[in-house]
Amino acid sequence: MKKNWWKALTVVLLLYTGVAGLLVPVPRLAILNETIRNLYFHVPMWFGMTFILIASVYYSIRYLRNPTPELDIQSYESARIGILMGVVGLATGSIWARYTWGTWWTNDPKLNGAAIAMLIYGAYLVLRSSFTDEQQRARISAIYNIFAFATAMPLFYILPRLTDSLHPGAGGNPAFAKYDLDDAMRAVFYPAVIGWTLLAFWLAQVASRISLLKLKVYEKQLA
Amino acid sequence: MLKDFRLEWRQRAALNGMLLYVGSTVFVCYLSFSLRGGIPPAPAWNALFWIILLFSAVNAVAKGFLQESRGRMLYYYTLVRPQAVILAKIAYNALLLLGLALAGLGLYLLILGNPVQNVPLFVGNVALGALGFASTLTLVSGIAAKATNSNTLMAVLGFPLMIPMLLLLIKVSKNALDGLEFEASQSSLLTLVALNMIVAAVSYLLFPFLWRS
Repeated sequence: MKKNWWKALTVVLLLYTGVAGLLVPVPRLAILNETIRNLYFHVPMWFGMTFILIASVYYSIRYLRNPTPELDIQSYESARIGILMGVVGLATGSIWARYTWGTWWTNDPKLNGAAIAMLIYGAYLVLRSSFTDEQQRARISAIYNIFAFATAMPLFYILPRLTDSLHPGAGGNPAFAKYDLDDAMRAVFYPAVIGWTLLAFWLAQVASRISLLKLKVYEKQLA
Repeated sequence: MLKDFRLEWRQRAALNGMLLYVGSTVFVCYLSFSLRGGIPPAPAWNALFWIILLFSAVNAVAKGFLQESRGRMLYYYTLVRPQAVILAKIAYNALLLLGLALAGLGLYLLILGNPVQNVPLFVGNVALGALGFASTLTLVSGIAAKATNSNTLMAVLGFPLMIPMLLLLIKVSKNALDGLEFEASQSSLLTLVALNMIVAAVSYLLFPFLWRS
């Protein structure tokens, strides 16, 4: 229990997010109305994705310094969970856009940037599946992972800020950081971010454990 | 490093092929547009130009690592540091793409008309684009060369990585087309330079690991 307190914390925080996120009153804003509650589900996805991808890059760097199959698996599973969070983020954003903007997808720098970043990481998965030699696969996908991170992050955090965007938080549209996020919303939003981020790390941990066990079973069969 | 560069330069058979490739693509575009009376509208002109550049860049740089034989790789390995190899490759590819882009641009302007109002900005933008493509694609082609289905992989890995750069490039060249003043595209140009530097620095750091296999 001492080591696993953060898992309990994840469960508590996400339960709180689910209940409070749907029930606690939110400020009335034109157009946004109740859909502002998507803030508790859509935005934390991107936070979680960024943190888990940073972890993935960290494992990749450690792999390049000290190649062990454990580090490779951890880096790969973290990247996969990051991709999952990104896809869920795109999906929640798309559903939100359907009811707020009236369309599933618009030609908006933030949306396109996120979609392209997902393509970059999709290429990572393709790259991994096109090697037969395990060590070579591990090293080269670690290299690509670092490279992909360096090119994908500007898509999220730099390029959209250079242009106007329909997306909340740009071009005068209301966003969470400014005037409209009252204290009640903050009290749900910050726990939501922490909860979803912890969930991402938990998922990655479980996934890497399964892969490691598979690897061990496989090695035993060979021996 | 200079020596390595010269080694690259000696096998420039690809260069003529690539020039012909760009030339024939531009000509095909000209022929298909001439069906409806000549010059395409400015946005189409811009989009077409960058698509031609994108594809010829991928093709030109892909040759860099894919055509290397194992023996020669080993020979380089004994001679020079990996950092020198990647820098030489990037420099060579940048020059190659710069030549290709400028030649392509010349031909393009000649037969498809010149709607560009701010020519120095446009040319500078093309040069920055060639540098950026070279630094991104050099490492990607190194990665792809190690895998089994390298030609497909080159496109799959390369295109998404180039899109951020391409978006900025198209924006700046649109500004140049419309003849906006320099201030309008200044921040985009700065970001472009920064992006180029990030990509080149990351390639420089990562290439030694790729090289070891």
